[in-house]
Amino acid sequence: MKLFEATGLSKRFGEQVVLEDITLSCDEGELVGIMGPNGAGKTTCFNVLTGRYRPDRGTVRFAGRDITGLAPREIARRGISRSFQIMNLFDDYTALDNVLVATPRVRAQGFNPWRDLGADRGAQEEAAQVLAQVGLAGKERVQARSLSYGERRALEIGVALAARPRMLFLDEPTAGLGAEGTARLAELVASLRRHLTIMIIEHDMKFLFSLADRISVIHWGQVIAQGTPDELRRNEWVARSNLGALA
Amino acid sequence: MQLAAGRAPWFPLPMVIVLVLLLSTPLWVARVGLYQYLALEIMIWMMFALGFNLLLGFTGLPSFGHGAYFGIGAYAFGLLQLKLWPNLWFDLLGAVLVTAVLAGLVGLFISHRRGIYYALLTIAFGQVFWFVANKWHTVTGGEDGLLNIQRLPADFGFVAFPLKSNGALFYFCLAVFALVLVGLWRLVHSPLGRILSAIKQNETRAAFVGYNIWLYKWLAFTLSASVAGLAGALFAMAQQSAYPNVMSLHNSGFVVMMVLVGGGMVSFWGPVIGATFFILARDLLGVYTEAWLLWYGLVFMAMVLFKPEGIAGIWQEWRGRLARRAAAGASGAAALSLIQRGADEAV
Repeated sequence: MKLFEATGLSKRFGEQVVLEDITLSCDEGELVGIMGPNGAGKTTCFNVLTGRYRPDRGTVRFAGRDITGLAPREIARRGISRSFQIMNLFDDYTALDNVLVATPRVRAQGFNPWRDLGADRGAQEEAAQVLAQVGLAGKERVQARSLSYGERRALEIGVALAARPRMLFLDEPTAGLGAEGTARLAELVASLRRHLTIMIIEHDMKFLFSLADRISVIHWGQVIAQGTPDELRRNEWVARSNLGALA
Repeated sequence: MQLAAGRAPWFPLPMVIVLVLLLSTPLWVARVGLYQYLALEIMIWMMFALGFNLLLGFTGLPSFGHGAYFGIGAYAFGLLQLKLWPNLWFDLLGAVLVTAVLAGLVGLFISHRRGIYYALLTIAFGQVFWFVANKWHTVTGGEDGLLNIQRLPADFGFVAFPLKSNGALFYFCLAVFALVLVGLWRLVHSPLGRILSAIKQNETRAAFVGYNIWLYKWLAFTLSASVAGLAGALFAMAQQSAYPNVMSLHNSGFVVMMVLVGGGMVSFWGPVIGATFFILARDLLGVYTEAWLLWYGLVFMAMVLFKPEGIAGIWQEWRGRLARRAAAGASGAAALSLIQRGADEAV
C-alpha cells in the first residue's frame, strides 16, 4: 500500500482549469520530485494535496485514510508538513520560537493559559535540535526577519520538520539560493530522506535529478510524464523541452 | 510582538512599579492636584485596555466595537444586582459570564474573518448592542440607563468590607486589577499567548503547523471581551449607574487610541501607559478647553504617522540606543585596553 496517493485530482478557478486528472503517489521513504515550467500548476497541486484548496474532483489518501478536502490543520495533525515557495515564517519571533510553536508538544498545550513556555526546557531543547538539524545552531535567538535568505529557507524547512511529520512537502526549496546554499540544502534533504517521505517541487533539475527516486512532470495542469530520473532523461518530451538537459 | 526569551518572572519590574504607584495614590494624588476617583477610573480603563490589547496587540485582530462589551458588563452588573440578587460576587461573576456568552456568540460570526472585514463586523455588532441598550427601555432604562446601582460590600463570609467610599472601592478594584494583570501577563507568556501571537504574524503558517485558527481567534475575542465586561462591571459600580454611552462607538474608539498611543502593539505595558495618558489628558486638558479631544486626536494622528509604536515604542528605542552606546563604549574601552597592553608589552 502506498503511503500517499492522489487520484484523478482536478481543480479549476472560474473558467480556468488549473489541474486536470492528476495522479501521484509515494511509497514510504521515497523522495518524489515534481517538475514543470512556470505556471504549470505545481504549487496549486501542492496546495490541493496539503488542504489549502479543496479539489473539485479526485481523492487524496494518506496512510490508508481519505484526507480529501480536510483543512490544513487536520492534514498537519495526521503527519504531513510543508514548506512554501514564498517564505512563510513568524517574522517577529526568534528562530527558536518559530520552531517551538510548530512542535506537537506546544500544540498539545495550545489552550494552556498558565504554563510558561520560556521555562519549558524540554520544549526549548527539542526546538534547538531541529534548528541544529537544518544548520541553524547558534542562531536560536536571532529574529527570523534578521536571518539571511539562505538561513530563512533553512528555517522554513525547520518549522515544517518541527511538527514531526511522516511526510514532507517542499515547494521549491532552492529558490533564490546560490550554488553553495543549494549544495547545503541538497545535503540536508539527503539526510532527511533517511527517515521521511518527501515530495518536492523544484526548478533546479540538477538538484532534483540527483535526489529523487521518481519524478513527475506537470504541464498545463496535467502529469505528462513520470519515471525515474534516468527514464525521464530519455523521455522525448523532457528532452524536447530542454528540462532534462539542465540536469 | 516579540516577547522576551526565557522564563517570564511572575512579577516583572514594570508590574511592581504600576501596582506600587496605584497602591500609593491615596498618599500623593491630592498633593499633585488630582483626586482619588480619577485613579480608580484610570485603573478600570487600564484593565479594559489590557484586555483589548490581547485581541489587537497580541492576536492582531482589530475590534472597533469593543466598548459594547464594556457596556454589557456594566448593564449586566446593574441588572443582576437590581433584578436578581444584590451580592457583589454573584453580580461581578455574572457580569463577566453574560459578557463572555454574548461575546462568544458574536465571535461565532466574526472569527473566520480578518482585517477590514473583521473590524467592520465588530463595529456592526457593537452598534447593535448600543441600539438595544438605547431602545429597550423596560430592561435597560433607555437613554437614562440604569440608576441606583449600589456599591455592595465585599462579603467574605467571616468579614465584610464596605465599598461605599471611593477609597475603599479603589482598593477593591486594585485587588481585582492586580489579579487581571498577573493573569494576562501569564497568559501572553503561555503556549496560548505564543500561539495567538504566531497567528497575528502568519495565520497561514500557523494553520499549516496544525492550529485551529478559527478557534484561537474566537477564544481571543471572548477572553478579551470578558475582561472588558469585568472592567465595565467595576465601572458601573464606580459610577453607580450604567448608561448607553459606556457602550458607544466613542468608548470603542477611546480604547483603541489608548492602546495605540500607549504602545500596545510593541509592549504588554502599552495599554497601561495609554490609559493613564488618555484619562490624564482628558482631565488636565479638559480644564482649559472643551475641545480637549481635538488636541488628543492630533497627538493620536501624530503618533500614528511618526511613531506608530507609541510611547512604549519610544521608551524601547531610547533604551536600545542607550544599550548600544554602552556596548560601543565597552568595546571601545576593551580595544583601548588591548592597545595599551600591547604598548606596555612592546616597551
